[in-house]
Amino acid sequence: MTKQLESLGRFSLFVWNSLLWLFRKPYRWRLITDEILFIGNESLYIVSLAAFFTGAVFAYQSWLAFVMVGTDSMVGATVSLALVREMGPVMTGLVVTGRAGAAMAAQIGNMRVTEQIDALEVMAVSPLQFLVSPKLVAGTISLPLLTAIFGMVGNLGGYVVAVWVCGVDPGIYISKLKYFMDPWDFYHGLIKSGFFGFLLTAIGCYSGYRAKNGAQGVGKATNDAVVSGFIVILVLDYFLSILVPTGVRVQ
Amino acid sequence: MNDQDVALEFKEVWKKFSNSATPTLAGMSFQVRKGSIHVLLGHSGAGKSVTLKHFLGLIVPDEGHIFVKGQDIGKCGDVELTRLRKTFGMLFQNSALFDGLDVLENVAFPLREHRREMREEEIVRRVEDLLESVELRNIVQKMPSELSGGMRKRVGLARAIALGPEILLFDEPTTGLDPETARVIDDLIVSTTRRLKATSLIISHDIHASLRIADFVSMIWEGRIIETASPADFVKSRDPVVKQFLESAGVTAVSNAGKL
Ligand SMILES: Nc1ncnc2c1ncn2[C@@H]1O[C@H](COP(=O)(O)OP(=O)(O)OP(=O)(O)O)[C@@H](O)[C@H]1O
Ligand SMILES: [Mg+2]
Repeated sequence: MTKQLESLGRFSLFVWNSLLWLFRKPYRWRLITDEILFIGNESLYIVSLAAFFTGAVFAYQSWLAFVMVGTDSMVGATVSLALVREMGPVMTGLVVTGRAGAAMAAQIGNMRVTEQIDALEVMAVSPLQFLVSPKLVAGTISLPLLTAIFGMVGNLGGYVVAVWVCGVDPGIYISKLKYFMDPWDFYHGLIKSGFFGFLLTAIGCYSGYRAKNGAQGVGKATNDAVVSGFIVILVLDYFLSILVPTGVRVQ
Repeated sequence: MNDQDVALEFKEVWKKFSNSATPTLAGMSFQVRKGSIHVLLGHSGAGKSVTLKHFLGLIVPDEGHIFVKGQDIGKCGDVELTRLRKTFGMLFQNSALFDGLDVLENVAFPLREHRREMREEEIVRRVEDLLESVELRNIVQKMPSELSGGMRKRVGLARAIALGPEILLFDEPTTGLDPETARVIDDLIVSTTRRLKATSLIISHDIHASLRIADFVSMIWEGRIIETASPADFVKSRDPVVKQFLESAGVTAVSNAGKL
């Protein structure tokens, strides 16, 4: 138990120091935009793919259920709410952890075991400021953007299946969706995804930063980053879902 | 040695890593004279790399004091340590080039970080000069993974001297290179040190090369320095461990007397 607390303490200190470095010169705007592009490049395609099929299968399953009680007009609203509030942020978080989070752990881990991080330090450049801080900012910005894309593509997938495969009336699909959706449902998902983005990058960077024992250690760091990232996102999602306001309406 | 003449100093430094039973450094003390080329010999795992990293504050000792140009780095704040580090150039054991950057950007890195007033053309010209000084041409666009071990060492050397350091640290600059390339690198180290009027501390296994280029040679054994001497005196050492080390490398006082 003390060991877990100790590593939590080390992790927090690592994140805290990286944040402090953001406010010290030189400011590294270029690196932040580079990292955003990197995360986007790594994840955009697979996020879109995941989104389309998540929306599609969710529309199909909920239609199967709704049609039994004759409320298949609700498919659009249900799919949309679930995507925007839950599946979007969580699925995007998991996909980006697997892609960009793992890549960050591998990159920083490799730099650690090949003494490139020591080299930065020797050249009087803070590795936290150079490598970690820009990624933290980029992760926190990118995840909401990717989540928004997930929401749009996912809804498209849901619409295509509901209307073209299951034969739900398109007009009713859209009007129910509009009626039940509130901007705060969007904000809820985006806020959560911001937290996920911050944490999955922090975890990826931290695992890499502490890598040791050569290539094998880098593999372990990458693996740790993905596993811890998944767990943290899934657990945190529950608590954030309670704490962050949504657009729940009682009809 | 007068205090003014000392560039680097270890005073009773102890360091034990949590995963090992015996201390890696056990009360190590030695001095490196300003403007000299000083070679640190020792077996694999003796703690040579660890010793170098102490001078840069990459590793913090459990006990003892480390002085750089008379300043106790254990008492330095962040800002002081950063300032001191800028006066160092270090060549890592595996070169530690940034593998995401090409040769130009690797060598330009310290310039871009610490010479922000330099214009782009100036930086490119300076990098070309630096590469020229380590006898490399037409490779600025190559990535580190496309270079041979000897070329990487030379690029690492160019990067290490980019800011005109006062103190140069070399971690096994020639290990793993063929004898001819090794000799070229050794000569580059000597000429660069003299040209910059710098102090060089070099880690090596290669006793023959060390005796050829060094002003002073020290030997690490069981976490301490057991001998420090000029090459001529080093080969005459009475220390049994040094004798054994010399013998196993085929060096005898007589055979070397001629070469020196
Ligand atoms: N960061 C570290 N954490 C734990 N142990 C370490 C660390 N760095 C070095 N050691 C241990 O300290 C000892 C000395 O290592 P060091 O790298 O200084 O050896 P060396 O003399 O440079 O050997 P070589 O000639 O093989 O490079 C080794 O046993 C090594 O395992
Ligand atoms: Mg070593």
